[in-house]
Amino acid sequence: MGGALGVVMSRNIVYAAFALLASLMGVAGLFLLAFAEFLALVQILIYGGAVIIVILFSLMLTRIEDFENLTDNKQWPIAFLVALGLFVIIAVSIVGTSVTTAVREGVSFKTLGTELFTQWAIPFEVASLVLLVALIGAVVLVRTTGGRE
Amino acid sequence: MIELAHFQILGAALFAIGAYGVLARRSAVLILMSIELMLNAVNVNLIGFAAFGDFTEAQKALGQVLVIFVITIAAAELALAVAIILRLYRNKSTVNVDEIDMMKW
Repeated sequence: MGGALGVVMSRNIVYAAFALLASLMGVAGLFLLAFAEFLALVQILIYGGAVIIVILFSLMLTRIEDFENLTDNKQWPIAFLVALGLFVIIAVSIVGTSVTTAVREGVSFKTLGTELFTQWAIPFEVASLVLLVALIGAVVLVRTTGGRE
Repeated sequence: MIELAHFQILGAALFAIGAYGVLARRSAVLILMSIELMLNAVNVNLIGFAAFGDFTEAQKALGQVLVIFVITIAAAELALAVAIILRLYRNKSTVNVDEIDMMKW
């Protein structure tokens, strides 16, 4: 939560990246609290490993002198109002709604794996295909030499 | 004692903070990071419901499977967006979204 605020408040963009890391790790801890051990692991591996590295790479490859004046733009009061209004609306609707809750219990690794690879096998394959296409597209986009250009 | 409402409120707060970041920040990379925050807010909500909701085992597993898909798509989206940002930086030598206005007429 504090990390999330750091992401949007920090003036230094590299500090913002590390605040994002802190916030994502906090979410991973929250997954542990909610008995989602597998997802906590996935969160740490993917976000703590891959996503932060990719973001830091993109920070390094873009110019570092620009970062001083890359703070909030002129719309920030409107943006603040919109975000605050969004939060208030959602919070009010949460408080006003009662959900039947059961005993807190998690899903075992076994059930999760069985569900993922039997009932949701086709979406799983489609997701991997999407990932493949996106990565190939990324490589094609950043390529400068070679090809027909 | 943690309850479902705490997860929901935290998800809402994360989402609002991410929305503010998307709307107000100038750097394209920071906007990307804010989008990651918003996706994480959705994940927090899904996991909260999967853990506390009055559902069967299969439905709870579905909640977690959905989170796996969200993380996958977020990774794909991030890779593509970083590629686009690098391309933009090479062509326009800026990542300030206020200066990227070539689609304005």
